[in-house]
Amino acid sequence: MSSDSIDVRYVAKLARIALTDEEVERFGAQLRDLLGHVNVLSELDTASVAATAQVVESRNVEREDVPGECLDRETVLAMAPARQGAFFRVPRIIAEAE
Amino acid sequence: MHTPFKWTAARTASAVNGGEISALEVTEAILQRVETLDERVGAYLTKLPELARECAARADRRVRDGERLPLAGVPLAVKDNMCLTGTRTTCGSKILEHWISPYTATAVQRMIDAGAVPIGKTNMDEFAMGSSCENSALGVTRNPYDLQRVPGGSSGGSAAAVASYQAAIGLGSDTGGSIREPGAFCNVVGFKPTYGRVSRYGLVAFASSLDQIGPLTRTVEDAALAYDAIAGHDPMDSTSISRAVEPAARALRDDLRGLRVGIVKEFVTEKLGAEIDALYRRAYGELERLGAELVEVSLPTADYGLATYYLIAPAECSSNLARFDGVRYGLRVEGADVGEMYEKTRAAGFGAEVKRRVLIGTYALSSGYYDAYYVKAQKARTLFSRDFSAAFERCDLIASPAASSPAFPFNAKSDPYSMYMMDYYTIPMSLAGLPALSVPCGWIDDMPMGLQLAAPLFAEQLLLGAAHAYERATSYAGRREPLEAAV
Repeated sequence: MSSDSIDVRYVAKLARIALTDEEVERFGAQLRDLLGHVNVLSELDTASVAATAQVVESRNVEREDVPGECLDRETVLAMAPARQGAFFRVPRIIAEAE
Repeated sequence: MHTPFKWTAARTASAVNGGEISALEVTEAILQRVETLDERVGAYLTKLPELARECAARADRRVRDGERLPLAGVPLAVKDNMCLTGTRTTCGSKILEHWISPYTATAVQRMIDAGAVPIGKTNMDEFAMGSSCENSALGVTRNPYDLQRVPGGSSGGSAAAVASYQAAIGLGSDTGGSIREPGAFCNVVGFKPTYGRVSRYGLVAFASSLDQIGPLTRTVEDAALAYDAIAGHDPMDSTSISRAVEPAARALRDDLRGLRVGIVKEFVTEKLGAEIDALYRRAYGELERLGAELVEVSLPTADYGLATYYLIAPAECSSNLARFDGVRYGLRVEGADVGEMYEKTRAAGFGAEVKRRVLIGTYALSSGYYDAYYVKAQKARTLFSRDFSAAFERCDLIASPAASSPAFPFNAKSDPYSMYMMDYYTIPMSLAGLPALSVPCGWIDDMPMGLQLAAPLFAEQLLLGAAHAYERATSYAGRREPLEAAV
């Protein structure tokens, strides 16, 4: 595990968070410090250890495929920052044809 | 008699059920208390006087109609990451500052159904990420035992509300220690049940494989009453456990005879300083005097807890918090295109600690690092479960500090990792999903300290029973009153 390589701008792009130059510098130093601490895990021999995703006994909880109750459309749309009729309104995604 | 705001949940329920006082009268007393006091403590982000009176009136009607409600008229503080229809659920974040819940969390609903009265929604570290409540974007909560100190976190508002008699039960959530550490800092009992015991439906997700709701209370008995109300399977949370719940409130004990209590040899309390070391040695001695046999157990992975946790929890949070994108609810900051809108919304809506954790989690899950960080941490997590299983071959409960110091002053932990260290003793139990609690065990410089007790999966009844015996025999919590100068 090497932590020298963390490219904070690239990770922020993946995480969809705009960072200021000051944040890139500050978070970069803090994350490198944290990664230095978590690198102690490389001391643990886990070659023959299975990964744990969660600790309890439930597996593949299923139910009948029947419609249940859900929030009504008006309630949901009323929470939206911007709406248009029955839709969430967002900035244009597909460019107009030239 | 007229200090009903000071009553425990058990006494309140018994008085309301017995017709000695109405739920509405208890509620008015608490609302008055909150009105005069909370300006200084800052436990509540949102107060709900109308809803409280409505719920109290309903509880009174039910009692008059002959029902006996286990939490009749009990004032309840709800951490602000749990939904309650028609109220703000902010998670202490600007991104949800004005968001109104369209439904109610199962745990909150079960409390109300049992007769509890929601007084308000409490402050917290943003999205439950923190150990001091200082990461809230929406308010400052102060420790009722010293207003210059933090209440702990992330459930700091619920802990402070209960400690300062602004509620009898606070609901909190614990991912790596967020109920137990503020419990210890505020001189209250903080109890995290087994992972999956309490439904997470309506709890805003932070790290889904670790998050668990539990109560903060002034007595172990009250923690048991709250647990009995909220525990149990919920079809709305497919990770909630379907096995039957053993009621805890009727299984409280007064001694520890026949129990073996494990002391973890890797948890060396000498490094916490002579005074704290002496305090925990005394606490272990008190367990022994109550009839427990002390045995040394080993958690070889103890020192790897923080590293494991600070990969798994951020990885899960980076995924869970992807939903906050400015499209369907919460804050939106407009941008030239949809990508810019996401980036600006999240930049403005999240505070520094949330950004750090989303970044570290995104990194740990990104191509090329996934196996080295995330999968490695998941494998390390398996070792914690194994170590605890081996330890519980030799003992029934494990005792340790709940936090490595008493509550610290504001701005004392400027470096993120020093804040993370606060959870050194609580994280291992979280990784293994174990039930664990903090119970008051003494004072350092007039500030409360907590003893952590942990039990095997699903052994809540044993855990609460033992904590009750310790509390009864020691009564440390009652040795100082909160806000002594003010009240």
